[in-house]
Amino acid sequence: MSDLADLYQQVILDHNRRPRNRGKLPTANRVAHGDNPSCGDQCSVYLRLDGDRIGDISFDGSGCAISQASASLMTVQLKGKTAAEAEKLYQQFHDIVTTGKEPEEISDIGAFAGVHAFPARIKCATLGWHAALNALKGDPVPATTETHKD
Amino acid sequence: MPTWPNVRADFPVLHQQVNGKPLVYLDNGATSQKPRSVIDALVHYYERDNSNVHRGLHTLSMRATDGYEGARTRVARFINAADPAEIIFTRGTTEGINVVARSWGHAHLKPGDIVLATGMEHHSNLVPWQQAARASGATFKFVPVLGADAEGGLDLAALDQLLTPQVKVFAFTHISNTLGTINPAAEFCRRARAVGAVTVIDAAQSVGHGPLDVQALGCDFLAFSGHKMCGPTGIGVLYGRRALLDKLAPDETGGGMVVSVTYEAATWKPAPERFEAGTPNVADAIALGAACDYLDALGRDQIAAHDALLAQYAMEQLSVLPGIRIIGPRVGAPRSGLVSFAFEGVHAHDIVTFADEDGVALRGGHHCNQPLMRHLGLTSTTRASFYLYNTEQEIDVLVASMRRILKFFGTA
Ligand SMILES: Cc1ncc(COP(=O)(O)O)c(C=O)c1O
Repeated sequence: MSDLADLYQQVILDHNRRPRNRGKLPTANRVAHGDNPSCGDQCSVYLRLDGDRIGDISFDGSGCAISQASASLMTVQLKGKTAAEAEKLYQQFHDIVTTGKEPEEISDIGAFAGVHAFPARIKCATLGWHAALNALKGDPVPATTETHKD
Repeated sequence: MPTWPNVRADFPVLHQQVNGKPLVYLDNGATSQKPRSVIDALVHYYERDNSNVHRGLHTLSMRATDGYEGARTRVARFINAADPAEIIFTRGTTEGINVVARSWGHAHLKPGDIVLATGMEHHSNLVPWQQAARASGATFKFVPVLGADAEGGLDLAALDQLLTPQVKVFAFTHISNTLGTINPAAEFCRRARAVGAVTVIDAAQSVGHGPLDVQALGCDFLAFSGHKMCGPTGIGVLYGRRALLDKLAPDETGGGMVVSVTYEAATWKPAPERFEAGTPNVADAIALGAACDYLDALGRDQIAAHDALLAQYAMEQLSVLPGIRIIGPRVGAPRSGLVSFAFEGVHAHDIVTFADEDGVALRGGHHCNQPLMRHLGLTSTTRASFYLYNTEQEIDVLVASMRRILKFFGTA
């Protein structure tokens, strides 16, 4: 149970219950879609890029608490960042969910450290991030967390 | 309850703790556990008899061949096939259906024909038919599942409309792995035959869970997997009526399936060898025979009755939980030993993670049934699927675990 309390931290439950920046973004000039074929989780990320900077961002989709909260928190973190900064944040996030090490500076993404104890859930946590990075690259291919197999 | 006092003692894997709790294995729709006798059959084969079949004249090869062909005869008896030659060993249900869709489909389908399936097919009895239709220029159609509030059955009025003489093949599942619906397979075969269509039954969820008689069903082809019926992974069966198999070209070619070969051409052996190119999965076929023995010894009517009782008990216990939506047949209506459900506001993935913490193994997702999920307006469900070693006490553990989850997510 202590592992579960670590996994479903208040920040995560809160973002799951009250997702931020949810819904289509009318002014978006980039969009990318992510799928997790093993469980049917889906996430679309909409971006308005102003030059190299993320002027606005939203997400849409359905999935578990981890995937939805992660996408919601990600939109908050990425707003106003450049593509390079976004890439760096993703690297930090990825380290957190795979190693369980909390970041040095205090950040809400530290709430996802508990995911590392549940390897099957790492791809839930990274689904939205993959879609966002693809949107930044202007990559039209849907992000998939695995190649195939149900 | 329990139907058999000592049955759990036969399954070594059940006696362990998961996350500090006794394992409650409720993912039998995905794969079943194996009794000691099946594990012993594998070990015995590899320790004493291992050899190639149909090739060597030495003692071990003869033992292996006898074991392998004995397993074929055993499986024929298990499903009451008229002739062991109608039993083709495959990797599993998926391969069996693909073989029919490719070999039979390639020889018989043409533009203007209709390939008919149903709206509740597992991807493995859907995608191969879509592909066969595409390759031949035939049209793919499916019998819709009745609306979400109906009893998870197929629209039989639509079936009457769809079954025209253009339909060349009707492929359907005996039991839905997602809904728990038991289709009237013998009636479907009768109706299909009346319009001259060949029938293909996906028996993955049915063959290990009750009596099954291919002659009484009147089907042309039927496919299943060993691993869902107490047998090993990597072995399955494609049953085909002899008259059809003898006219069918092989899907794969190579050693073991030929009569004579020149540099230019080859001729084929009859079924079943024609469809078993290369060294077969001898050990797992023999162990599948042991699984047939195990299930028949318990009694297949009793297994079906036991599964049905557990499903009804689970339906009653789960249906009182706040915000639950149970899909498939209603309480009291016939259903196989599984229950799929969804909760408003809590995703299946989160449920499965929580349940695992209580030692309960469940499946969460779309169950290889994406179109059906969409049809029901869902993206995923949680499925508890039962087998002969499960008990009502285990369902009580499941329900307690669900209550804890609902409390945690604040929906109860
Ligand atoms: C109804 C049904 N058909 C086909 C299959 C595929 O079986 P296998 O993966 O063993 O080939 C399954 C297994 O999940 C199933 O439940």
